[in-house]
Amino acid sequence: MPLYLDPASYAVVEAAVERLIPAVDDHPGAGVLGVADYIDRTLGAFLVDPPLVFAGGPYSGRFGGEASFSHFTPLGRLEELAWRTRIEGSQGMPEREFNGPVLGWQERYREGIAAVGADFCDLDSEEQDRRLDRVPEFKELLYRHACEGAYGAPEYGGNRDGAGWAAIRFPGDVQPRGYTDPEVSEP
Amino acid sequence: MTELDCDAVIVGTGPAGATAADVLTAAGWSVIMLEKGRNHLLSLEPPFASRGEITNDEIKFMCRWFLGPDPLLEPRTYRRKEQDGDRLYTGDVNNLPSGVGGGGFHADGKLPRFREVDFRARSELGPIDGADLVDWPVDYDEMEPYYAAAERLVGVAGDDTANPFAAWRSGPYPMPPGPDMYCAVVTGEAATRLGYHPYRAPTGANSVPYDGRPACNNCGFCAYFGCPIEAKGDPVAPLRHALRTGRCEIQPESYVTEVVVDGSGRKARGVRYLDLEGNEHEVHARAVVLGAGAFETPRLLLRSGVGNSSDLVGRYLMFHFQTYVLGIFPFRLHAYRGRSVTHLHDDFLVPDANAIAAAKEAGLPYFRGGIVEHGGASHPVMEAIHLPSGEPHSRMMLDSSMRDCMAAFTVQGEDLPQPTNRIDLDPKVRDVWGFPAGRVTYNPHQHEVAASRHWAPKLKEIMKEAGAVRSFSVTSPPLEGERGADDRFMAPISRHIMGTARMGDDPKASVFDRWQRLHEVDNVVCTDSSVFPTSTGYGPTLTIVALAIRACRALAGLEPLRSERPAGA
Repeated sequence: MPLYLDPASYAVVEAAVERLIPAVDDHPGAGVLGVADYIDRTLGAFLVDPPLVFAGGPYSGRFGGEASFSHFTPLGRLEELAWRTRIEGSQGMPEREFNGPVLGWQERYREGIAAVGADFCDLDSEEQDRRLDRVPEFKELLYRHACEGAYGAPEYGGNRDGAGWAAIRFPGDVQPRGYTDPEVSEP
Repeated sequence: MTELDCDAVIVGTGPAGATAADVLTAAGWSVIMLEKGRNHLLSLEPPFASRGEITNDEIKFMCRWFLGPDPLLEPRTYRRKEQDGDRLYTGDVNNLPSGVGGGGFHADGKLPRFREVDFRARSELGPIDGADLVDWPVDYDEMEPYYAAAERLVGVAGDDTANPFAAWRSGPYPMPPGPDMYCAVVTGEAATRLGYHPYRAPTGANSVPYDGRPACNNCGFCAYFGCPIEAKGDPVAPLRHALRTGRCEIQPESYVTEVVVDGSGRKARGVRYLDLEGNEHEVHARAVVLGAGAFETPRLLLRSGVGNSSDLVGRYLMFHFQTYVLGIFPFRLHAYRGRSVTHLHDDFLVPDANAIAAAKEAGLPYFRGGIVEHGGASHPVMEAIHLPSGEPHSRMMLDSSMRDCMAAFTVQGEDLPQPTNRIDLDPKVRDVWGFPAGRVTYNPHQHEVAASRHWAPKLKEIMKEAGAVRSFSVTSPPLEGERGADDRFMAPISRHIMGTARMGDDPKASVFDRWQRLHEVDNVVCTDSSVFPTSTGYGPTLTIVALAIRACRALAGLEPLRSERPAGA
């Protein structure tokens, strides 16, 4: 179950990010990597306490140590203000509008999903690409988030089982093991 | 007489403020440190342990401003010149982290010293039209013992025999160098074959356990990340030293609004600040130490109306003019392991006959470049966002031509001081506390542009010699005509900010004196790179720390440090 997006919107996001990061050869593509989950959890960050903004630490447990990335870090008052503004938009609240109104990601996704069309999932890939090209600002935001979701830490919801890192032969976070001196210096 | 809260109030907890706290508390002073950002670094209760929040997490550190400042809360604005109107861009303009530890967090800790000539470029090399090139009010021989003390304080690993261009030293580095990164071995050997002199970079990451902190384990999340295991010395080491004296109090999330001076205008009483709830307080102290960095220190002085009868506060803003030469190799270089950069070469700092001829052709008497960092690209989200979307994305991520198969040279090109390059207060954009945002007006001098155009092809030759199948160069800021359509990419991204309240002996031509005290208010001392009269071609941090030790020893009435130049050095 998505955290924030309704099922239809989730499906559009999932289909759209697969066009931006498609499965090719050994690359599993954004769909398999759970990029839509990353975006859903980002848009719904404040539906969870502490909010899903900054993962915890110091270690993920993937290379030793206790797994603590999944315990998200509580936000400070100003961090919460910034992230609510960025995600929810300023919504006319004076404390969020000291430099004018801010259009939030939730709204930008709502508008972007509507603009590519309710039939998006049923289109062939060429038509999907044409629809995305008609909303370049939304496509740019979606691509940025898709990159984060494909190759960021799995605790944020994407990069399912580290499959994004495995595909590109990147080990991800490696503390507390690190690398030995020969691993650094030799081919 | 107001009752004093402490001997010194320190604004900022980065390398500049942390060094001041270390020196002053060791001298018996009590200090209160005010930091506008949050504390992710260390517990403020004994034994001042790590908070465990510094992680190998690219989302947190590279995409979500975990170390601050968030550009929604603290926007900066940018324009090239006054004719551009009020601003071209609002957002992140060369932001350094703001939080306990400050800008020290972001660095991969390349900590070279300047050379003798850097302190006397005006006298020894001569003026350049359009720039106010000046000598420093301190020379290398006087600085040497402070450089040595700074290397001990931060913990620098390096090889004192390897760089033929290095200034003289009174002794070796506190630690031997750490392991060479493979990518730097490949490019370093090629550079040597072509007659350059690469050497193991002096680095503020422990190669052996040092000062109660472990040796670096090469995790590779170095530049732009904090260190999860405290193997980077800067700035956790000096802050912990200061806290352990019992004479240092750190107050995060405390935003200094104003330096408060007494009725005579000649003495500071302290500073005014806002706490997290927005309540206003004053801290009264014998001295005010400004270590907020070369962006925030002039902004605070301008806002306070203090120290600016010369009209030079905020002027002579310098970044490094960075030239990146990227080489794509037919094999993997795994630059995600290790300390981001492990080798430098300094050949471009000493112009040869070809460089002087190229300078004359560009209408300049000479130009200098900067250190060349031998590194690579580390992290996949940053790789991914620069690729085209669609199938090319997935294919390029699989073969990783733009990360795992890429080596990178970064030239920290000397940036000349120009009075029109400056930080001032934006007329409209505000920060979350309601104060005017800092505004950058910056356009490089022909010197930087000509030097970059000259050196970039030389670096491409090294890439080719090393086995790169292709190479290309980009600069920050971009050269005229490149990427000019998008103003977001015009602002420099060097993260080296200097010169905005220069020091000197003449109160009409400088803001701070040679002891880094305001000419007009002598109990206000600045320990950050605002005081740099020139940028040189080296990273600024070690010189910030060395100068801070010197200025704060003087403030505390301690004897100057002295060192002996070894025979034959």
